Amino acid sequence: MAADHRFVLDAEGLYYKQLNEQIREAVRNGHKAIELRNVRGQRYIANSLDGEDIDILVQGVPGQDMAAFMRGPHLTVYGNAQDGVGNTMDAGEIVIHGMVGDVLGYAMRGGRIFVKGDAGYRCGIHMKAYMDKFPVLVIGGKAGDFLGEYMAGGAIILLGMFSEKPAEVPITGRSLGTGMHGGVIYIRGEVPAYQLGAGLAAKELDADERAFLEVQIRDYAAALGLDAEAILDAPFLRVKPYTHRPYGNMYVGTN
Amino acid sequence: MLFKPISQSFHDFLVERDKERCINCEVCVRQCPYDVYYWDDARQQVMHDSSKCIGCHRCEALCPTACITVRRNPAEFRPNSLWTGTYIKNLFKQADTGGVLLSGCGCPQDKPIYWDKLQLDASQVTNPSIDPLREPMETRTFLGSKPDMLEFEETPDGPCLKGKLSPQLTLEYPIMFGAMSFGAINFNLHKAMALAATETGIYYNTGEGGLHQTLYKYGKNTIVQVASGRFGVHRDYLNAGAAIEIKVGQGAKPGIGGHLPGEKIDEEVSKTRMVPLGSDAISPAPHHDIYSIEDLLQLIYALKEATEYTKPVSVKIAAVHNAAAIASGIVRAGADIVVIDGFRGGTGAAPTMIRDNVGLPIELCLAAVDRRLRDDGIRNQASLVASGGIRCSADVVKAIALGADAVYIGSAALIAVGCTMCGRCYTGKCPWGIATNEARLKKRQNPDVAAKRLANLVKAWGHEIQEMLGGMGLNSIESLRGNTDKLRGIGLNQIELDTLGVKAAGQ
Repeated sequence: MAADHRFVLDAEGLYYKQLNEQIREAVRNGHKAIELRNVRGQRYIANSLDGEDIDILVQGVPGQDMAAFMRGPHLTVYGNAQDGVGNTMDAGEIVIHGMVGDVLGYAMRGGRIFVKGDAGYRCGIHMKAYMDKFPVLVIGGKAGDFLGEYMAGGAIILLGMFSEKPAEVPITGRSLGTGMHGGVIYIRGEVPAYQLGAGLAAKELDADERAFLEVQIRDYAAALGLDAEAILDAPFLRVKPYTHRPYGNMYVGTN
Repeated sequence: MLFKPISQSFHDFLVERDKERCINCEVCVRQCPYDVYYWDDARQQVMHDSSKCIGCHRCEALCPTACITVRRNPAEFRPNSLWTGTYIKNLFKQADTGGVLLSGCGCPQDKPIYWDKLQLDASQVTNPSIDPLREPMETRTFLGSKPDMLEFEETPDGPCLKGKLSPQLTLEYPIMFGAMSFGAINFNLHKAMALAATETGIYYNTGEGGLHQTLYKYGKNTIVQVASGRFGVHRDYLNAGAAIEIKVGQGAKPGIGGHLPGEKIDEEVSKTRMVPLGSDAISPAPHHDIYSIEDLLQLIYALKEATEYTKPVSVKIAAVHNAAAIASGIVRAGADIVVIDGFRGGTGAAPTMIRDNVGLPIELCLAAVDRRLRDDGIRNQASLVASGGIRCSADVVKAIALGADAVYIGSAALIAVGCTMCGRCYTGKCPWGIATNEARLKKRQNPDVAAKRLANLVKAWGHEIQEMLGGMGLNSIESLRGNTDKLRGIGLNQIELDTLGVKAAGQ
C-alpha cells in the first residue's frame, strides 16, 4: 500500500503512553493502515493489538516489547528493533529490516517474525505451538546464547548470513535449545556441537522439513527483498528435542 | 540382589481393618487410587497391601462400617535424632532410583511457626471492647496503589476528589484464594473458587495455567496470573480478570519454575494452557524477559498497556533473604500489589530439598518488607499480601498486624474441601478429587458443594476476625494494619522480636 494511503502518526517527542493511546485510538476509528514516523525507542508499540487486517509501518527504532501479546497485525520496521519483540505474541507478522535486541519472541505462541540481521541473547525461549498456532522465527544474521531454550513448539530458522558480527563468531551462542521439549531449530551451514544444549544433536533435514523450510525462506526473502535461492543454496541442519518429556524420569516421589 | 527395592519394605502407613466389621463391600477398593485394596477371588474377600498406602485416609472416611484405621507404620527404626526414619527412607529411595526427591504440599518440617509465638491484645476497662454483633465492623479492604496525598476540588455537587485513583480491588474480607493452576487442581475446584469468591466478595487467583473459557464470566472476582511459561496468556486472558499477577516466585519452591507432568494434561487443561495433550508443561525458573528490576518494570507496564491501565498489577515473590530490598524494587517498578509467599506455602510438586530448605518464614519476612517499604516512604504505593501457611483466622489477624493488607490461602482452602495433606499431588491421583484430572477422581468434587464449603470458610473466618478486632477495641481492618502494638511475642529472642517489630509479652 502506498504511504499516502496510510494514516500517519508522528511519534516525535511523544512518550510511549501517548503514542500507544494514539495508535489504539486510530485502530478504534477504523484505520487499518498506519504509519508511525520518527519512532525513537517508544515502548510497547502494537502491544496486544488485535486484528489481522491491521498493517503498521514503523519508521525509526521501536522500543522494548514491541508487539507483546499482539494478535494478528502485520508490522514492518524500517530500522533496528530493541529487546522483547513479539513477547508472548499470539498471531501476526513482524518484518524487521535490521537487527533486534534480546528476548525476541519469548513464549511466542503464533505468527511469524522475520529479522534481517543479528539477534541478541535469549531469543525464542519457550516458544510453543498449539493446534493451528505455529510460531516461526527467522533470523538472517547470527544469534546470541540460549536460542530456543525450553522451546516447546514452533520453528526457529537461523541463517547467519546478514550479520554484522566478525566472521569467526559462531552462528549461535552457547546452550542452543537447552531443555527443548518441542519444536525445531533449523540452522544454515554448520553449528559447533559444543554450542548445543545437553542431549541435543544437529541432524540433516528430511524431505518434509526441507519443504517446510523452503516455504518459510521464500516468504522471508519476499518480505525483505532478498534472494531466496541464494539463501537456500547451502546445507541446513536441524535440532529437535530427543524427547517431549526431558525431565520425565528425573524424580522419585516422597511426601 | 534383593527381590524388591528396600524402599518398598519400609512403607509409611499401616492399614488396619476390623475383620468383624468389614462387610466386603469393596468401597475401599473403588476409592483408593493407589491400589492398596483388592478383591481376592481365592479367599473371596477384600485384602490390602499397606506398602502402597500414602496416608490420605480416603478409605477411612468412606468405609460404611468404619472398619478401617490408617496408622503410621509402627515398624520404627532405632531412635536416632539425626538419622530419622524420613532421612533413612529417602536415602533408600534415591539409592534405588537415582531420582530427585519430589513432594507435594508445603514444608512439613519442625521449624519455628511464629504465628504460634505471637499473642493478640484485648481491651480491658480503659477502652471498651466492641461487640461486632452490635456495632458495625469493617472488614472491607482495598488492594492497589494509594496516592501520596488526596486533593479535593469544589464542584456544584460539593467537594470532589481531584484526579483519578489507581485501580483498586475491593475485598469484603482480607482473604483471597491463592494461585493454584488449572491442571495442578482440576476444573471443578477452579469453578468452586470462582463461585465462592463471587459469593463472598473476594478474589481467587487462576495460577499459571490459564483461565477456562467457561470461567471468564467470573472475571470480576478473578486475578489472572502470568508466570514464566506464559501458559494460556493472551490479550483476552489479561483482560478477563480484575487484576494481573506476575508470578516471580513461590514459597514452596523459590528459585525454580513449575513443572506440570504430562499425565495431568488432559484435553481441557491442554486447551486452556494452549499446550499439546500429554506433553510436559515446563515453566522456566526465571521469566527470561526479567533479569532485573528494570526488566520487571518493563513487563509490569507491558501488562498495564495491554489492559489500558484499568487493572492493578501484582508481583508475587517467595520469602527469601533479601525480600525487603527486592520488594522495594518491585514497588518502584510500578507494582500495585506485592505478594510475599513464605516457605510453608503449598505446591502440587516441588523438589523436596527445595521445599524444605529454601525460603523464610512469612511472619519475619512480611514484617521486614513492611518496615522497608515504610522506611522508604513508598508503603502507600503498593498493597502487601502475605501467604504461605495461613491456617486460621488468627493467623490472618496476626499477618495484618504485622503489615499485610490481605492474605492468600491455598492449602487451607483445599483442606476445606477434603485435602488431608498427604503430599502426593504430583502423582495426579489425588484420592480427594483435588489435584487430579482423572475423570473418575475429579468427579469426587462437586463444584457447588465445594463452593459452599469455601464460602463457609471465608464467612466463618470473617466472623472470627470481627470478634478479634472487636476484642482489641478496633472496628476496622484499617486500624489493625501494621499495628504491631496489638501483638506480643512469647518465647522469642530479641533479634526475632526486633525483626517482627513486636514487644515481648509482659512489656
